[in-house]
Amino acid sequence: MKIMVAVKRVIDYAVKIRVKADKSGVETTNVKMAMNPFCEIALEEALRLREAGHAKEVVVVSMGGPQCAETLRTGLAMGADRAIHVSTTELLHPLTVAKLLRGLAESEKPNMLLLGKQAIDDDANQTGQMIAGLLHWPQGTFASKVAMEKGSDSVVVEREVDGGLESLKLQLPAVITADLRLNQPRYATLPNIMKAKKKPISQVTPEQLGVKISRDLEIVEVIEPPKRKAGVMVASVDELLDKLKNEARVI
Amino acid sequence: MWHTKFWTSTIKMQRQGANLAGRLWSLAATRTSPWTQAKHVSPAIIFASRPMSTSTAIMEEGMGSGRSLLLDDTAEQFKESVRHFSQENIAPHAAAIDHNNSFPTDVNLWKLMGDFNLHGITVPEEFGGLGLGYLYHCIAMEEISRASGAVALSYGAHSNLCINQLVRNGTQAQKEKYLPKLISGEHIGALAMSEPNSGSDVVSMKCRAGKVEGGYVLNGNKMWCTNGPKANTLIVYVKTDVHAGAHGITAFIIEKGMEGFSTAQKLDKLGMRGSDTCELVFENCFVSNDQILGQEGKGVYVMMSGLDLERLVLAAGPLGLMQACLDVVLPYVRERQQFGKPIGEFQLMQGKLADMYTKMQASRAFVYSVARMCDAGHADRKDCASVILFSAENATQMALQAIQCLGGNGYVNEYPTGRLLRDAKLYEIGAGTSEIRRMLIGRELFKEG
Repeated sequence: MKIMVAVKRVIDYAVKIRVKADKSGVETTNVKMAMNPFCEIALEEALRLREAGHAKEVVVVSMGGPQCAETLRTGLAMGADRAIHVSTTELLHPLTVAKLLRGLAESEKPNMLLLGKQAIDDDANQTGQMIAGLLHWPQGTFASKVAMEKGSDSVVVEREVDGGLESLKLQLPAVITADLRLNQPRYATLPNIMKAKKKPISQVTPEQLGVKISRDLEIVEVIEPPKRKAGVMVASVDELLDKLKNEARVI
Repeated sequence: MWHTKFWTSTIKMQRQGANLAGRLWSLAATRTSPWTQAKHVSPAIIFASRPMSTSTAIMEEGMGSGRSLLLDDTAEQFKESVRHFSQENIAPHAAAIDHNNSFPTDVNLWKLMGDFNLHGITVPEEFGGLGLGYLYHCIAMEEISRASGAVALSYGAHSNLCINQLVRNGTQAQKEKYLPKLISGEHIGALAMSEPNSGSDVVSMKCRAGKVEGGYVLNGNKMWCTNGPKANTLIVYVKTDVHAGAHGITAFIIEKGMEGFSTAQKLDKLGMRGSDTCELVFENCFVSNDQILGQEGKGVYVMMSGLDLERLVLAAGPLGLMQACLDVVLPYVRERQQFGKPIGEFQLMQGKLADMYTKMQASRAFVYSVARMCDAGHADRKDCASVILFSAENATQMALQAIQCLGGNGYVNEYPTGRLLRDAKLYEIGAGTSEIRRMLIGRELFKEG
């Protein structure tokens, strides 16, 4: 079985985000970037499936400018076998990403497509669902557990839903998106960082995948969330009740 | 809607150790330092709520492009990986380690570092190490120190003073016997040279080993032994010939539990609390011939060459502490407002930051350069001494400035700056005082001139 994992390069989760002065987006110049944590979890799951003998190859994919190669290197250092870099400097939105992934899925023919449930920069939470729709593959989103039986052509995905846990049995090939509690990603060890240097990263362009990048979305404005207001002291329980009822309207 | 689910269901989560998300969750939930206040609820904030390195991630040597001023890509990636490991597994315990004067009991940090193979960086691969050099060892030391000075000091004593000395001087049999468990973190290592009345003048040591059939009998005391209370394997320098001065010193490998060997009370130190230090006591302790490290009477060479490399690797400790100072100060000067604006906008404060950064980067460049020279086989005594002299004194001064930047808050133990100062001061004393280092450097220069 071959697993393809899509990883996105985002601003490191430890960096304090700053909005650009012209409100066109967030500041990324000289800001530390890293692999989206949910993508890291997806990749870890793919590696575990390979280590358990369910998969033979894990291919890691990223899209964007030349710096994406760095994120792919991280993926290779974690243990992916090879990498594909879809090279473009255009702004990519979920639908475009899903179309590019479809192109790759058609040429690579993976049995499973693993993604993070969403990226921590735009929080779109759409790509996994869209690619499943485009490919007509079954989807298991927000996976908190992925189980496979040896030689089986299906996979059982556990999802955390409001009422409890939902188990889905998906016929392969399938799309799975990883939730936070699926696993705990490994650290890249030094020997693996060294090994990753020798692993191949192949480059493709959107044109080669037959995708024309269209600007289907326009960002109008990016602003900081409103600052939290300071609390107030209330003199009595009655006043508190009054505020909860009439001001906050929570009771 | 899933936000609600996320927040509520995360509480039930029970996972241990290196759990990225879980760790961050607990930090986000428990810490309320000014710079961790979540401003909006998004998954990003769960990942973004670490108190450490909010802004440092921006000003770190590497910058966004991944290119580093001082390190190549592989070294930079390794540093990044150790940083993640240390921030997630060690940093959350740092304050408690200092406060309780002991390592946490619910997790085994030694084992966690061993799983990551941090103990065996300079150990050949045939013994389970990484077979790499001092530059990588310094990088690991720096990042662990950034998370906790005390853990890093213990790590340095274990991985360099004990493990690396075994690698450099041990016989094949000794290496096979001791290295695997030390590298995995199952065993803890230590080294002892100082005595109650023999510190800077280490050659005047009184601890002696009398020759008997099949070995030696050790008598005397060793002082300020890092990891002493817990160590399973200790390298101890003693006099096998009390009349031969420096040439009467022999190094022995001592094991915990040997008859006649005991440890006295753990010391109550100013800083580096939790990195256990104690006195070792030898009362008619029999040690067989095969426990000699190197040759009889040649201990001074084992000791002095080891000290050069010890100074180099330990010099990376202050680097981490300096970075930790900026990790605290930079978010603080942005958050803290006086006269209606962030204090970081005042030029006096910016001047302070500039000086701190410059000192740190100069120290870094120096440490990495000397490490590269040592890796190329040119360990220079005066360079190894001056690199720790420089970085240790800079770290103490920088920690003082960090306290100053935080004003009243810096003087309060709820903030880590006081701990950073107390930890930094050790490096001006341990592995030879600043005075001894100056003497060494001056003497070498005079000799060469």
